[in-house]
Amino acid sequence: MTDTRTTAAEPDRGFVDGHREVPILQVKNLVMNYEVKEGMVSAVEDVSFALPKGSSLGLVGESGCGKTSVALTLMQLTANNAKILGGEVILDGVSLLELDKEQMRQRRWTDVSMVFQGAMNSWNPVYTVGQQIREAMDLHWDPTPSAKEVRAKTEELFNLVGIDPEMIDRYPHEFSGGMKQRAIIAMALSCDPKLIIADEPTTALDVIVQEQILVELKKVQQELGMSIIYISHDIAVIAEITDLMGVMYAGKLVELGPTGDIFARPRHPYTWLILSSTPSITGPRRQLAPLEGEPPNLLDPPTGCRFHPRCPFATEVCAKDEPPLTEIEPGHSIACWNHEQVPVTFVKGEG
Amino acid sequence: MTEQNGKTRVKVEDLQKLFPISKGLFRKSTDFVHAVDGVSFEIKAGESLGLVGESGCGKTTTGRILVKLDEASGGEILIRDDATNEMTHVDDVRSKEDRKEFRRNVQMIFQDPYESMNPRRTVFDIVAEPLFVQGVGTTEEREKRVIDLLRLVGLTPPEPFLFRYPHELSGGQRQRIAIARALVLEPSFVVADEPTSMLDVSIRISIMRLMLELAEKLGVTYLYITHDLAVARYMCDRIAVMYLGKIVEMGPTEDVLDSPMHPYTRALLSAVPVPDPSYQRPKVEIEGGIARAINPAPECRFLARCPFAIDQCRTDPHPDLYDRGTDHLVACHLVASDGSWTGRERAVLELHS
Repeated sequence: MTDTRTTAAEPDRGFVDGHREVPILQVKNLVMNYEVKEGMVSAVEDVSFALPKGSSLGLVGESGCGKTSVALTLMQLTANNAKILGGEVILDGVSLLELDKEQMRQRRWTDVSMVFQGAMNSWNPVYTVGQQIREAMDLHWDPTPSAKEVRAKTEELFNLVGIDPEMIDRYPHEFSGGMKQRAIIAMALSCDPKLIIADEPTTALDVIVQEQILVELKKVQQELGMSIIYISHDIAVIAEITDLMGVMYAGKLVELGPTGDIFARPRHPYTWLILSSTPSITGPRRQLAPLEGEPPNLLDPPTGCRFHPRCPFATEVCAKDEPPLTEIEPGHSIACWNHEQVPVTFVKGEG
Repeated sequence: MTEQNGKTRVKVEDLQKLFPISKGLFRKSTDFVHAVDGVSFEIKAGESLGLVGESGCGKTTTGRILVKLDEASGGEILIRDDATNEMTHVDDVRSKEDRKEFRRNVQMIFQDPYESMNPRRTVFDIVAEPLFVQGVGTTEEREKRVIDLLRLVGLTPPEPFLFRYPHELSGGQRQRIAIARALVLEPSFVVADEPTSMLDVSIRISIMRLMLELAEKLGVTYLYITHDLAVARYMCDRIAVMYLGKIVEMGPTEDVLDSPMHPYTRALLSAVPVPDPSYQRPKVEIEGGIARAINPAPECRFLARCPFAIDQCRTDPHPDLYDRGTDHLVACHLVASDGSWTGRERAVLELHS
């Protein structure tokens, strides 16, 4: 597969003006396996995408589909048994996979920072939140900032994410769950990174708090022109805050394109089924189609298309040959041999 | 069991649960968290009631009290037993025999299929345990019953599953086992505490469908506890919305979701993410997070976050569920004073603009 076919840059969709042409991040043919006793787990297989500056990309998929593995590979924070077998990650012109450990450490926070799932529980209880944010700035700002600069920056960030700046000198236990998560986002922004990777940043939170944090993240993206990769299993959250989305299945990117286009008309059978099986509080109460079967064992992934054992449209070719990610309309790519079979509408019926 | 439909299966009257806040080993607690505070509802046989709300609102505590995993601090629970066709007072269930009988009738499905099973026991042991405890059937009969149930919950063919351990199963399969275990004694009432929240979307739908199918087939009555209104929409005939230990709104699912009346229900609904990028979401009207109801003051529980509060909300105790002559009840002074909430809302909006 060639790079031109997989480029996700689609110029007309809510990007910050003037930043359209340059992708801040390019991932090309990334392959990553986990080495385990039984063999190699194919966690990320030939994943390619590009993220235009100032836009947001959502990665969705079931647990174990490799979305977090992609993020950890970008950050080079993978576990010891992870083997990056190929591919390129280019962030703002720098090839991240070619950096050594120390160079990569310097890039984290300043170039790319990550908000982990359940990150709100990672605050150290014996330091104030302000002290912990300061630590990141002390290590990564060049030159090392003065106390006054740190204070000013932290206050600015707290205002941005909607926390009273008076809370800077408080300890984590004095924060509610939602506030802790906002403070984590403030910390992730403290060194003005070019890219933020947010891995399920609202999964442990209640809907009202989740909504507040999504609004803050969107604000950060729009006001600071930040590029964000957003990882979630919740397709409704992805619908709400991303410009582009990539659907992953069993380590592979199966559909990639503008979020609006994919929701309007999913082209890959897996995306179609996932969207058909997502309950919603709006719209007619349609019959939800269950997705039969289980995700495959990645120690021994199915031959051909990895989705073929569960696919209602699978034919002989699907078990034999792997479909490449192919652009079917500008900016919208899918990996499927039989995508013409996918109905235009969702599975419908009275609920 | 279908001839029971329409009769009251469960009746909860003024249920209360207070958790003392520990002050230390030898000091008497004077502060209490009012986890469940004056909750009343009825569930008809064959119906499923959804209990929704944010974490900490008391929905799980209510469910645990209903299955006698927790002791209530006050109030009454009556559950109809099919064997005797009488409403049993849950407080009267004390002796070992009574408890056994109660468990046969009332069961619970837990949230986390990874933690609610003994990892050292096989699927057969897990599903058959209630039969052993209750002394139902011979070994062969139990085996047959377990196989039937595994088939019923969609684990086919059942035989290969019998002697597997929980760690060999996926999350969806485990939750099916948990459902089989809860249903093996043919209970008439099941409390399901977020049974799908730990599962992936694709698996979630099949478990939801399975539970609906079984309700139809076996006439099971559910109390379905969930934080996800979209799930409640598919699973429940009626919804009760809880906030800080109180039911603030209750009614038929479509009524509550289409025309929510309590400001909290409205906020909750407008915060639910919608899988449609073109959807224009209404602004969430409330701020802040849920608190804990520690020795709550005699005022509306929602006062601190309510954008529409009037003087009465401060001076009067928390309002009772206001009966407007329909099934759709709401605990809000505004609705009670105005008859309709929307009129008041418009007035408030005009005031602000």
